[in-house]
Amino acid sequence: MALLQISEPGEATAPHQHKLAAGIDLGTTNSLVATVKSGEALTLANEDGQHLLPSVVQYQKDSIVVGSAAQLAAASDPHNTISSVKRFMGRGFADVSASSHGYEFIESDSVPRIRTAGGDVSAVEVSSEILANLKQRAEKSLGGELQGVVITVPAYFDDAQRQATKDAARLAGLKVLRLLNEPTAAAVAYGLDSGSEGVHAIYDLGGGTFDISILRLNHGVFEVLATAGDTALGGDDMDRAIANWMAAEAGVDLNDAYLSRRMMNEARRAKEALTDANAVELRVDLVDGTTWTSTISTEKFNELIDGLIKKTLLPCRRVMRDAGVTIEEVSGVVMVGGSTRVPRVREKVAEFFGKQPLVDIDPDKVVAVGAAIQADALVGNKSDDEMLLLDVNPLSLGIETMGGLVEKVIPRNTTIPVARAQEFTTFKDGQTAMAVHVLQGERELVDDCRSLARFELRDIPPMVAGAARILVTFQVDADGLLEVTAKEQTSGAEASVQVKPSYGLEDTEIERMLRDNFENAKDDVEARKLREQQVEADRVLEAINAALALDGDALLNDDERATIVSSLDGLKQARENESAAKIKYAIDVADKATADFAEKRMDASINKALSGHTLNEFE
Amino acid sequence: MERNYFELFAIPVSFDIDLSSLSKRYQDLQRSAHPDKFTNATDRERRLSMQQASMINEAYQALKDPLKRAQYLLSLNNIDVNSESNTAMDTAFLMQQMELREALDEIMDASDPLAALAVFTKDVETRISDLISKCQVCFSEMTEENISKVEGLTLQLQFLYRLREEAEDREEALL
Repeated sequence: MALLQISEPGEATAPHQHKLAAGIDLGTTNSLVATVKSGEALTLANEDGQHLLPSVVQYQKDSIVVGSAAQLAAASDPHNTISSVKRFMGRGFADVSASSHGYEFIESDSVPRIRTAGGDVSAVEVSSEILANLKQRAEKSLGGELQGVVITVPAYFDDAQRQATKDAARLAGLKVLRLLNEPTAAAVAYGLDSGSEGVHAIYDLGGGTFDISILRLNHGVFEVLATAGDTALGGDDMDRAIANWMAAEAGVDLNDAYLSRRMMNEARRAKEALTDANAVELRVDLVDGTTWTSTISTEKFNELIDGLIKKTLLPCRRVMRDAGVTIEEVSGVVMVGGSTRVPRVREKVAEFFGKQPLVDIDPDKVVAVGAAIQADALVGNKSDDEMLLLDVNPLSLGIETMGGLVEKVIPRNTTIPVARAQEFTTFKDGQTAMAVHVLQGERELVDDCRSLARFELRDIPPMVAGAARILVTFQVDADGLLEVTAKEQTSGAEASVQVKPSYGLEDTEIERMLRDNFENAKDDVEARKLREQQVEADRVLEAINAALALDGDALLNDDERATIVSSLDGLKQARENESAAKIKYAIDVADKATADFAEKRMDASINKALSGHTLNEFE
Repeated sequence: MERNYFELFAIPVSFDIDLSSLSKRYQDLQRSAHPDKFTNATDRERRLSMQQASMINEAYQALKDPLKRAQYLLSLNNIDVNSESNTAMDTAFLMQQMELREALDEIMDASDPLAALAVFTKDVETRISDLISKCQVCFSEMTEENISKVEGLTLQLQFLYRLREEAEDREEALL
């Protein structure tokens, strides 16, 4: 396999400019934005000094309210106030209908939408409002436009959920540098803070999701050994357990949306109060106008949540096995997520791992802080950054084969990025098309796995059955997102591939929403497109110029260099004077002109990486 | 430039490798190739980086695990143990396979299945270690006879790996 050469970036950035970047924790219950200022990673507060932004969005007829104000409105306007929208990200209509949490879902273009007074909104749109709010907060605090953000997702989020998160960011006008797994983010914040080395377990119990990751920390290298979890298990479920008990005690049911919201609010309040008390008083206004009062003890609370906690220990067992480490080898357990404040959770986790969990860093902020640290590195502020994050894909990826079975192509917990290929063939004479169904999950049957996308590989030259050689390649990138390509080998003919996300937003739909959302009514699509191309041109010019400065002399002869420089001049000229389309064309020209150079540079870089070593080291 | 996995890691082609050095070189390689180092680069460079980093991951996986290493070394000699034309199966080994499977099934009826499973798994681990040592001996001198032996050993290892996984699945189900 040919090795390709790429230059070392990082050194490419202009020495003077500190680029503005942020880390965003888009949580089920609360969201945060953090940034690195003067070498320190800090969460940013709003005008009222609040760092946490409740992940609640209220849709009124003519306005959208985000955060605390929306949260206060939840009890009196439950149908239009969307909480814990993260639960619905990347989920299809069938999934959300099964557990709608009282919201009215309708199916429109295969994307589930919640009916509100302000219109029908998808989970992606709701999330984008939260992100836009944080973007505004960050830009106001930093006094400039964000060049890029790192957004965290549960490690156990599947491809659809990750795509949805990226779409929400795009809609909010954010450039995503990386989707970072929450436990890894926490490890970065914690690991760099304490300088701890060795194997660590990150137990992350949030409002709606649970992740357990095992990482090995070693001199700035964070290697995820394995990850497991449950994307539908969190503090919300504890609240629900308490609310259900309260309803039973009060002799009522929770069909009324308003009562349900009041009960859940009270349940949450009680849960938090029980962290420091043995018993807590309860008080809820019922539908008939009476007020129900009672008390709940820590003992009763523990009884109600023990089942949930036990559910988190199953992935813990599985992840230890997948990581290939024993309990004794784990040097520290880090607790992440507000729900890990519950004493019973700490007790059970300590019992499982045979040691007291580490709780020094604020469990609400640690993820955003870790994301900010990575954002700072990725945007290009650190030139000699030694930090390296090696993450894994959490769920196996496969293809549907005959008989409704799934054949795994990339097993879970494989270090990413990763590419694997599998060869398939036709089963009928003269077959010119092939349906490829891509799935994610551990089970053997198609019905038990998550459907990610369906492909149609067309224009296969007609052949005898079994003669065609179709190579299907799965590529998982550093964000954990999958790209599948298919190519018919024997004929050498180019085959067209169409990917249809099972229930994501189409690019055209996002474009339309971006147009509709645009703040400045006068600003039109063309102006935006031009600006985008200009920004891209600047980026390409910077990158190639830096590459020439570093390796031009060593790797290029005069003619080669001249060709590249000429393409850059053309690009520069286009960027200043021409239309978006002409700029794009000039970018393509520059790209083609530097293709060989890029390959040579990667090879040189690889050689350099091992230049300190010789074969003799092994003898 | 075409390189095999050993050349990529700058280590001699051998079954006998130092895992901690391998790990260090892996990290050094990823420091230069990983997509995180290319966020500001051109689209082409980002794509190259992803392909390169994927390849480095693949190479590391292949060299880290003894069975995969053995399979890779054989592939360098153009041998694919799992190709359909390969029907070399040791009869004694086939018998052993059946016995081990039966033993695993019987454990589920034992009075203390978890304890029995622990003993069983330990036995499988010992067999695996034993086979790995044998592979090491054969690979140290790549005669035709030894290569043929290794093919057989690799098939046996594949079976034992699957058996170990099954035992672990059953243990998980019992817990």
